[in-house]
Amino acid sequence: MNSIIEFKNVDKSYGDLQVLYDIDLTIEKNEVVVLIGPSGSGKSTLLRCINGLEMITGGELIVDKIKLPEQKQHIREIRKEVGMVFQQFNLFPHMSALDNVAFGPRKTRGLSKTESYEIAHDLLKKVGLGDRSDHFPAELSGGQQQRVAIARALAIKPKVMLFDEPTSALDPELIEEVVNVMIAVAKEGMTMVVVTHEMNFATKAGTRLLFMDEGRIAEDGDPVKLIKTPESDRLKSFLRHVVEE
Amino acid sequence: MDFEFSVIIESIPSLLAGSKLTWYIAIIGILGGLVLGTVAGLLRISGTHAVGGEFYGFSQVLSKIAQKLAVAYIELIRGTPILVQAMFIYFALPMLITGVTGIKGIRFEALTAAIITIMINAGAYMAEIVRGAVLSIDKGLIEAGMAMGISRLQLIANIIAPLAFRRAIPPLGNQFIISLKDTSLFIVIGVGELTRQGQEIMASNFRALEIWSAVAFCYLIMTSALALTLKYIEKRMKII
Repeated sequence: MNSIIEFKNVDKSYGDLQVLYDIDLTIEKNEVVVLIGPSGSGKSTLLRCINGLEMITGGELIVDKIKLPEQKQHIREIRKEVGMVFQQFNLFPHMSALDNVAFGPRKTRGLSKTESYEIAHDLLKKVGLGDRSDHFPAELSGGQQQRVAIARALAIKPKVMLFDEPTSALDPELIEEVVNVMIAVAKEGMTMVVVTHEMNFATKAGTRLLFMDEGRIAEDGDPVKLIKTPESDRLKSFLRHVVEE
Repeated sequence: MDFEFSVIIESIPSLLAGSKLTWYIAIIGILGGLVLGTVAGLLRISGTHAVGGEFYGFSQVLSKIAQKLAVAYIELIRGTPILVQAMFIYFALPMLITGVTGIKGIRFEALTAAIITIMINAGAYMAEIVRGAVLSIDKGLIEAGMAMGISRLQLIANIIAPLAFRRAIPPLGNQFIISLKDTSLFIVIGVGELTRQGQEIMASNFRALEIWSAVAFCYLIMTSALALTLKYIEKRMKII
């Protein structure tokens, strides 16, 4: 069995408000799963359940062999294997780009200063920011910040990368540089779960597309096929809105 | 009106001795208060998202107890005058301890009581400053830290503390200065600090204008020193 993430009848509610209904989903290693859907459909919540930023309220979720909620005291073990990139970048403002990236390997993998800096240098180079390592987040553009954030998430050598609307807070002309880095990460065989409206990424790098609607997975299939020839009216109208944007 | 500088010059040794004691009470009290305030402020928000609570699965019961204790302390101190607190600690607390434990002959020195009073008093106000500073940190940064799998302690030490400290510097500076000036109240429990020194000189030569001007000037020098130190720290840690 090659599955790394397994949702079994997962529910999630905040008090009386239920946001995920009976999710059944298995994600295999090396899959690049793109999650789309209207706002409030539960796609971000589903993503955040994977690394325990939200705790599921029903069913079972297995991530890298650790079962939630049963083994939730081992949540840190999951998080060490799952990198996350946020919509608002969330770089640590008091650390340079280099320190942001080196922080994870040093604190969670216990590497030395030299080793972690080496990793950080390499990753910053990889995302095209080798010359910006001493800059603080406030001195970088949104696109540059997000690329540092991707490097930071990669630095702990995760088995899975989660992206929560990574380009939604960016100016249009900065989206491409981030998408290109994401595509490069996908091409290296990283298992990825990506909440995005970038159809460009979905068709170029996605291996699977999930369309979420009202807390349920409404469609599950090949990205190119679903985007080019959507069958359900719901998906058709959603895609029309996204393309119009 | 005649202003006799010679009166001030004669009283310099006493004023210096008083200033030294004031400075001593203030600095120890403030540092102790900072520790107490940090602990109380963090307890006040223990288990909340601000310190990664819900994600680390804090014990909800323990968190609630910690929060209640911190609130009780903060409200008790903020709700009573510092003068009453000083009197209570100096005169009433030894009696209370004797009554509860049966140990007789407990007495605080006035200086000890003064330092404890500043610590406890400043601690309560600083707890609220610490709480506010921690709550002002973007939730996304806390999540970013936790998503890496770092421990709660690493999160507090590496992300929450440095960011919160930067934000807390201006209000902490305020509290430092207030606490330093509050030491003048210890005249009532007989600590020989600056105000009491001034009072004693005044009682012997009746030169109110000169003496109280000099006393005020001494306070001004000390509060300025505090303000400048904080300004320096603030500059060194660029506020983000």
